[in-house]
Amino acid sequence: MKILVCMKQVPQKDAPLKLNESGAWIREDVSYEVNEPDAYALEEALRQKEKHGGEVVVITAGPARAQQVLREALAKGADRAIHLEDPAFVTLDAANIARAFAAAIKDEQFDLVFTGLQSDDFGFAQTGVILAELLGWPHATIIMQIEKSNGGIKVKRELEAGYFQHVEMPLPAVLTIQSGINKLRYATLIGIKQAKNKPLRKVALAEVQPNLVSNQLNIQRLYVPQKTKKTEMLAGSPADVARKLTEKLKNEVRVL
Amino acid sequence: MKILVIVEQREGKLNRVSFETLTGAQAIARETGWTLEAAVVGSGAGDIAKEVAGKKVANVYDIESPQLAAYTPDAFVAALKPFIADKKPTLVLMPHTYQVRDFAPKLATALGRALVSDCTGYKKEGDKLLFVRQMFQGKFAADVAFAGEPPYFATFQTGAFRGDQVEAGASAAPIETVQADVPASALRNKPGEVFKEAKQAVDLTQAEIIVAVGRGIKEEKNIALAKQLAEALGGEIAASRPICDAGWLPMDRQIGSSGQTVAPKLYVALGISGAIQHIVGMKGSRTIVAVNKDSEAPIFEVADIGIVGNLFEVIPPLVEEIKKAKG
Repeated sequence: MKILVCMKQVPQKDAPLKLNESGAWIREDVSYEVNEPDAYALEEALRQKEKHGGEVVVITAGPARAQQVLREALAKGADRAIHLEDPAFVTLDAANIARAFAAAIKDEQFDLVFTGLQSDDFGFAQTGVILAELLGWPHATIIMQIEKSNGGIKVKRELEAGYFQHVEMPLPAVLTIQSGINKLRYATLIGIKQAKNKPLRKVALAEVQPNLVSNQLNIQRLYVPQKTKKTEMLAGSPADVARKLTEKLKNEVRVL
Repeated sequence: MKILVIVEQREGKLNRVSFETLTGAQAIARETGWTLEAAVVGSGAGDIAKEVAGKKVANVYDIESPQLAAYTPDAFVAALKPFIADKKPTLVLMPHTYQVRDFAPKLATALGRALVSDCTGYKKEGDKLLFVRQMFQGKFAADVAFAGEPPYFATFQTGAFRGDQVEAGASAAPIETVQADVPASALRNKPGEVFKEAKQAVDLTQAEIIVAVGRGIKEEKNIALAKQLAEALGGEIAASRPICDAGWLPMDRQIGSSGQTVAPKLYVALGISGAIQHIVGMKGSRTIVAVNKDSEAPIFEVADIGIVGNLFEVIPPLVEEIKKAKG
């Protein structure tokens, strides 16, 4: 199986974020990491390759810094990488990112495309599904298990409130992968060494530009969400705080 | 100008979260003066159409095909794409459910349009309709505008509006049955039955007190500390998704969109940052206490009582105090 894994670099989970001058995006001088669901998507691709053979290719769109995500993926066992390199990719909407990916892989024949189920920055949960529609392939979302079946695959979709559903589909197909589908591996020293010699193809914005459209979604502004509740903050030493909270639990919340 | 709400039907039943979206749509209709219509997609969904027709909507479309009996993204898009192209709504609204997440981006793309997903509300600024959604795991909210031609697609997060505040109509709205042309050959996915993994050992929805842990607990062995607090309070232990993914607590103790939705008297969130997927599962709790080292963690936006600090320092004296108070 030849599998493409779409990955994204996002700000680190506990990185303090500040707005930039435009007020419509964050300042980019923060620490970044791989979008967590994408790490599970990569792991699943590597496991499928180990079971059935084939190739794992990773792709990302973003400025030079995003290459780190690809290097880590190569170190974990991906065979090669594609980097759509340009700062402009950061603020493209999901439809345009999917269009750019579709254009970048037009000469390849993948059996499967994986994405994480959503990103930790935008959280749109759309790129994979849009890409499937652009490619004309079937898809399934929030996947917790993948097996080969007659001429295709059988996947386990997660539904809400603890429900699941099996779905069979032909290949090629696009799957969005849920966090927790597997246990992540660490890159080995040998892997990190080997990654340096693995092919990484750079794609310039100009190469995919003819396939893009102007953004149909525009962020007007970002802001710290308005509080819907009045929060009473308790301050002091741990002992003080423990005493204050216990009083409240007893006298106001009345659960003690 | 029209608003179309696509209500959600699963296994022949109306998903009640659809009423939340209808409430939001009624509010937008009031402010814009646009006509509000609703549609249900299915096979034999007449009863659902009737239920929706009792609400304040101009009319209800019952989009029918035998191929729509079981949900598949192919069949739903095959039915809805020509319908929307024909009716030309300005705005298409849906609840942000797992089913909608599965087909709505495909539907919008098939029509060459965009979808703004997981919105918590809307704003009308002059002629412009903005959709509010959370970004960066709830650290920021964004006002998002559509560019280009309608229809514009948006989905509303669970809890964005009150489903029990949906306005009833003065009389039942007319129902129009639309026979969708969905050829069996268009369906590539073969869906199986919906099932539950193993029977859930714990029903957290019945718990009066819940102590939930998140990434801030750092290591598996620290779960014991949170358990001590749960025990002292006489409550149940629970967790956000990453903790269950890591296997530190069983999956049936997970709170959030993919786990259980709870509304206990007291919810104590320990080291939980407050990503949307977790918040939707617990924001109905009567009192929420949050302990987090990051004062800007989104969990404090829903907390009634907040403590910025190291949970490893706060919990031990808290357990002692609670034991004392309980005698």
